[in-house]
Amino acid sequence: MQFIPLFIILPLGAAFLISLAGKNKTKFCDVFSVIITFALFILSLFFVFKAKMCATALIYKVGGWGLPGGIILVLDGLSIFMLTIINFIAFIINIFSINYMKRFSAKHRFYTLFMLMIAGMNGVAMTGDIFNLFVFYEIASIASYALVAFGTEKEELEASLKYTIIGVVGSLFILLGIAFLYAYTSTLNMAEIASRLAQNGINSAVIFVSILFIAGFGIKSAIVPFHAWLPDAHPAAPAPISAMLSGIFIKSLGLYTLCRIFYNVFGMNDALMHLFMFLGALSIIIGGFLALGQSDIKRLLGYSSISQVGYMVLGLGIGTPLAITGALLHLLNHSVFKSLLFLNAGSLEYATGTRNLEKLGGLRTKMPMTSATSLAASMSISGIPPFAGFFSKLLIIAACIESGYIGYGIITIIGAILTISYILKFQKYVFFGQLKETNKNIREVPILMKFSMTVLAFICIFGATLMIPKVKDYFLKPAVDSLTKGIKYTNLVSQQLYEK
Amino acid sequence: MLTYFLCLVLFCVGLYAILRKRNIIKIIIGIVICEYAINLFLILFGYKMNGRSPLYSPDQEIVSMVDPLPQALAMTAIVISLATTALLVAIAIRIYEKYGTFDITKINKLKG
Repeated sequence: MQFIPLFIILPLGAAFLISLAGKNKTKFCDVFSVIITFALFILSLFFVFKAKMCATALIYKVGGWGLPGGIILVLDGLSIFMLTIINFIAFIINIFSINYMKRFSAKHRFYTLFMLMIAGMNGVAMTGDIFNLFVFYEIASIASYALVAFGTEKEELEASLKYTIIGVVGSLFILLGIAFLYAYTSTLNMAEIASRLAQNGINSAVIFVSILFIAGFGIKSAIVPFHAWLPDAHPAAPAPISAMLSGIFIKSLGLYTLCRIFYNVFGMNDALMHLFMFLGALSIIIGGFLALGQSDIKRLLGYSSISQVGYMVLGLGIGTPLAITGALLHLLNHSVFKSLLFLNAGSLEYATGTRNLEKLGGLRTKMPMTSATSLAASMSISGIPPFAGFFSKLLIIAACIESGYIGYGIITIIGAILTISYILKFQKYVFFGQLKETNKNIREVPILMKFSMTVLAFICIFGATLMIPKVKDYFLKPAVDSLTKGIKYTNLVSQQLYEK
Repeated sequence: MLTYFLCLVLFCVGLYAILRKRNIIKIIIGIVICEYAINLFLILFGYKMNGRSPLYSPDQEIVSMVDPLPQALAMTAIVISLATTALLVAIAIRIYEKYGTFDITKINKLKG
């Protein structure tokens, strides 16, 4: 139990140390940050097995203070699921950025902000207190605003300004929602809020708070009416940060908080479910069509992220166990293959110096490793059968049809076709066709970048093994259970608290 | 009731500045006004008419005190808003160096 706060302490302490001692010591920063992220990954794996043995939520009282005043950290199935994804992808991206970030000066600042972002995301994933959630949310957000502007050129600054203003307005809405919620229930603990809302019933104040939360967290998860920041912020950030933002940031800060609050605290109802499904379907279609027309690789992948997030929101909106399994599996797969695609885009930029699709071509022979790994990711995202992405999309489509939403089922299939077409465009323009005269002398990227891309490509291929029943019990099923349990989440937490 | 309404008006003034103004500095001021409005709201609903400060002392019996928790929340929110405002101003200064203007209609290299 006493290891739980390490998820926050380790990256926060590392950020502090690197910013103090890391100046002009690039080697130290590289090694130290990789050690920290690797330790976090091992720690999250340890908790996967630990939670399986305990079969309940693990609870840590910060500073020994219990309810009502104290903050508690709760590790249930969903939190552990998110923590594992966050720390694994962060570890891989950290290895990638050792070589990649040589192009920028002030590498220690990059690592400082990177560690702060991990600390914020880990905190969001495990806190049981709604104001604490807001604080960690802001830590991760502010680090990401600064990281988007890391290049400090014209485009980066403009994208970061836009993203910061939109993000700050979103967090203002969340803070206002938390204030209303505290005024209504006079507690900040999420389990307590859930039980008091269940007693007092839903009235107009709660509906108002729901709308504020959907707007606030929707901005971070880039669901369609709130997506304007994403296609600018992703191309502007350095490639490892684009991979972080798209791979885990929009999921841990956006989707995880949305489903934690609406499934476990407020309790899902019909209106919310239909709203989620509608927003998800809108994201799938609009994101897919906008991605088709792009000529910047990262911008294309950014719009594709909007489209894929739509699948998860749709799955969460349907709300049957099958649909939630599909949504969470798609969350896992998307974080793997979209990070991989962004890392591929980063290595292309590293080798050729451009991100424009029309200036690339025929790179299959020049960069065999990048080509092969991006092919694996492309197969996975477009849902070609043995790859992991196929199973998650299949589950979501099957769940649509099982629950009788044939229209949404058709939209998901159209979305899958759109995905294949823009991914084919990416593959065709970059790796096939004629090699351009300017690209004759390019070479494959350094070894560490190759290593991280290969690891992710293997998971794209073998990710479907998570669906094998024995394996599923460890990782995916506890996460699905903690969502299908709904507002019984409160029993889980309060039992543990008052027993001890 | 009037105070809550005025608090809402303050929030709307901030939102208006964020949405309608073209100067980056004015937008940042709008964000700060919004943050003030929310902090004010936090303090307001913890306040009790003729309440005393929430300090425990062994020799006194406490009859009516204001809710201390929203004050702690407002403190935290102020610290967070300090960080975001500092970051925004830093970005605004860099933008002025690159573009030579604060007008957001002239800063349009991207088309999100």
